[in-house]
Amino acid sequence: MSEPLPLSIQNNRRMDKWLRFDPDRTLHLAVGKVEIGQGVLIALSQIAAEELDIDVARVNILSGDTADAPDEGSTSSSQSIEVSGRSVRLVSAELRQRVLARLAQRLNCSPEDITVEDGAFLLDAQPTGHDYWSFASDADFAADIEGTATPKPASQYTIVGQPVPRKDLIAKVSGAAFIHDIVRPDMLHARVVRQPSRNATLTSLDEAAIRRAAHGSFKVIRLGNFAAFVSTDETVVQRAAVAALTHARWDGARTLTADQQDAAWFVGQPCDDRFVGDPVTPPGGGTVVSATYSRPYVSHAAMAPSCGLAEFRDGHLSVWSHTQGVYPLRNSIADILGLTREQVTVRHAHGAGCYGHNGADDAALDAAIIAQQLPGHCIRVQWRREEEFGYEPISTAHRTRIAVELDSAGRPIDWTTEVWAGPHVQRPIFGGVMLAHEALPNPPAPARAGDPPEANGGGGTRNGTPLYDFPHKRIVHHLSLATPIRTSSLRGLGALPNVFAMECFMDELAERAGMDPVAYRLSLLSDSRARHLIENVAARCDWANRGPVGTGKGLGLAWSRYKNKAAYACVAVELEVDRNIRLTRVWCAADAGLVINPDGAKNQLEGGIIHAASMTLKEAVTFEGSGISSLDWASYPIMTFSEVPEIFTEIVHAPDLPTLGMGECTFGPTAAAIANAVAHALGVRVRDMPLTRERIASVLAGA
Amino acid sequence: MTIELSVNGRVVSTGAEPATPLLDVLRNHLDLRGTRYGCGLEQCGSCMVLIDGKPDYACSREIGSVAGRAVTTVEGLADNGTPHPLQVAFLEEQAGQCGYCLSGILMSAKALLDRNPTPSRADIVSALDDNLCRCGAHPRIIRAVQKAAAMIRAAQTHTGAPTGAQS
Ligand code: FES
Ligand code: FES
Repeated sequence: MSEPLPLSIQNNRRMDKWLRFDPDRTLHLAVGKVEIGQGVLIALSQIAAEELDIDVARVNILSGDTADAPDEGSTSSSQSIEVSGRSVRLVSAELRQRVLARLAQRLNCSPEDITVEDGAFLLDAQPTGHDYWSFASDADFAADIEGTATPKPASQYTIVGQPVPRKDLIAKVSGAAFIHDIVRPDMLHARVVRQPSRNATLTSLDEAAIRRAAHGSFKVIRLGNFAAFVSTDETVVQRAAVAALTHARWDGARTLTADQQDAAWFVGQPCDDRFVGDPVTPPGGGTVVSATYSRPYVSHAAMAPSCGLAEFRDGHLSVWSHTQGVYPLRNSIADILGLTREQVTVRHAHGAGCYGHNGADDAALDAAIIAQQLPGHCIRVQWRREEEFGYEPISTAHRTRIAVELDSAGRPIDWTTEVWAGPHVQRPIFGGVMLAHEALPNPPAPARAGDPPEANGGGGTRNGTPLYDFPHKRIVHHLSLATPIRTSSLRGLGALPNVFAMECFMDELAERAGMDPVAYRLSLLSDSRARHLIENVAARCDWANRGPVGTGKGLGLAWSRYKNKAAYACVAVELEVDRNIRLTRVWCAADAGLVINPDGAKNQLEGGIIHAASMTLKEAVTFEGSGISSLDWASYPIMTFSEVPEIFTEIVHAPDLPTLGMGECTFGPTAAAIANAVAHALGVRVRDMPLTRERIASVLAGA
Repeated sequence: MTIELSVNGRVVSTGAEPATPLLDVLRNHLDLRGTRYGCGLEQCGSCMVLIDGKPDYACSREIGSVAGRAVTTVEGLADNGTPHPLQVAFLEEQAGQCGYCLSGILMSAKALLDRNPTPSRADIVSALDDNLCRCGAHPRIIRAVQKAAAMIRAAQTHTGAPTGAQS
């Protein structure tokens, strides 16, 4: 094999880090990627079952555990199947090869003569009396993984590619299923009094008033500007936390202003300028056109406020978290609390879908800080709804300006995407800080502004380079050094605002050129996979019979290839505008190479469309006073059942092409397709998200 | 002072003070953790239960106000270990991503099917409008409710007896 071993295997070389046959005729598979609602665990189970030829029901998967599962970093960026899937495939194929090689020696035959049926070994279709459970030996598991075994060809797949149902949903429709539901011995409930901002000092905490409001007894934990209430009674600490909002006095909190809410605020702020792509070419005399688009700050808005559990017993700290990365979280917690990494275990437990870096890690640190003060108890920290909206790291506002030079036929010959945004990723391993750390006696240095490198798809620059056949293209990225509020990763990072800008601008350029937007795109695009999707969706939504502009009914289309290297998606949106925008139908086609679980993949496509539609039409974080003022579902509305359109998805069958992550691929295209449909319905272009009634009215008034 | 109520068909009593949210009593006193905290503000529906057959927010109903009433939670959906048709249909349709919203949605859907065995898509979305789902599992959830309705109707024509309406 010429390809290097996946990083996951390089970092976890022993076979027993990954696989083990258990006596009850099951396979124990340990992985570093975690379930965040995307169905990754069933897909990875299918891959292992396929390579080993065992029933997928025999696979018990352990995910995200610093004691017992491999380190695979974080679960993000639609990387799980691409990276972890490849590792699981190689590891499983190698285990099969090792065991069969030894069996072939024993039976004096060639390994190719042996077939495997649900884990039992057959020779010439006759039972050999051996199976994985009886024949695999300790030596098979103790040795390092070479990565040299050849996995099955896709043509032989019987489990991969099938819509195998997930196992975790059974508990989720019946009762306890989440981290929030874990009960441990000696458990105490805790709530944190949040420091309004870095450097704010807690000058007084009126405990008497808080106790009166709480109707019950609780303990107060104070460490610098970190304060928490702890009790056996959750109701009591919840009341105390609410009372503390009025009975805690803080000095030195920051003040945020409404103009900081908008992406335009970044223009002229201190920034780190980056340049990607072709050198600037001298103007060729063509027409220069530009337009500016923006997306405000948006929240992850997980359905469940974050939760963390921690217990400190005999010098060892055990933590449960719905984090995206147990190892990075373990390292951060150990460093902050002055423990060695060996003294801390972090285990993943299911939370609500997070769509990126939300309050999960911070809630775990809260619990760990308190647990260290109260050894022998399990501390359960449950964030309040207002706390999640107010203190999770949100996704940065993002402004994209596109400037092009056109040839005489109206085709771009030179394309510049210019981006202004704060950091799209500030996990602690990328220079970010954890929330409660700033309240502790020795707070960390302020977060360093940073963004993922281009090799990882970039952050603010993600999907900023068009895949159209333009001769010269580049990105200028102004990464703001001082963002008014903590920001971090949300589904797709800069891809959504950049694809929104680019694919809206393509419609605007088509109009200038007097061409149909689909025909215009196809005239500038040679990537055959992309062309195929656009043609597919255009046919299914009856694009050819699209009505005239300005009737109040709109049909818009957009596409992208996520990160310019992951899955392709094309989305068409049909909508009506009267007082509000009402989405009626959405068509989508995606190409993600080999799809492990097509039902799970469709679920991801649909979810991405609805999430992006919600963001495009409704979502914006607002600032006031010392922080965020959109603290509940009334001030941060998301799409509801009656607003959800009918969605028709289709996945292009491409089993011989490598699997591409698809959790985020519909995100940008949906946003742009909505704006293009609105422009078609109304005859005016709205370039700033969200496309609310007020915003459309103001654009119409100015038209 | 104790408060008595019926939960999933069983009479229970609790010493919780009357102003305690029903949600906390269910989760922490009665160990029924399928009813979930999402906002505590009557805005998300994660905590939806049935009180005398009608959907209501457990996060903001005080336990004192439900004394003597019949509360049904997601744990009470199954009938003696046989899953409710809604649970069967949700699993068959894989109607969920993270699943956090599902127990509340199941309760709203049960109330709908109990009063309207043949709901249209419009009936379903309006019955579920008090429940948020952030993952965008809506299309599958709507399909699953339609499927459950069909399953219940089919079972009734078979046996002539209503099913799935034990609350
Ligand atoms: S938790 Fe009750 S409505 Fe949100
Ligand atoms: S499935 Fe995640 S909130 Fe509905």
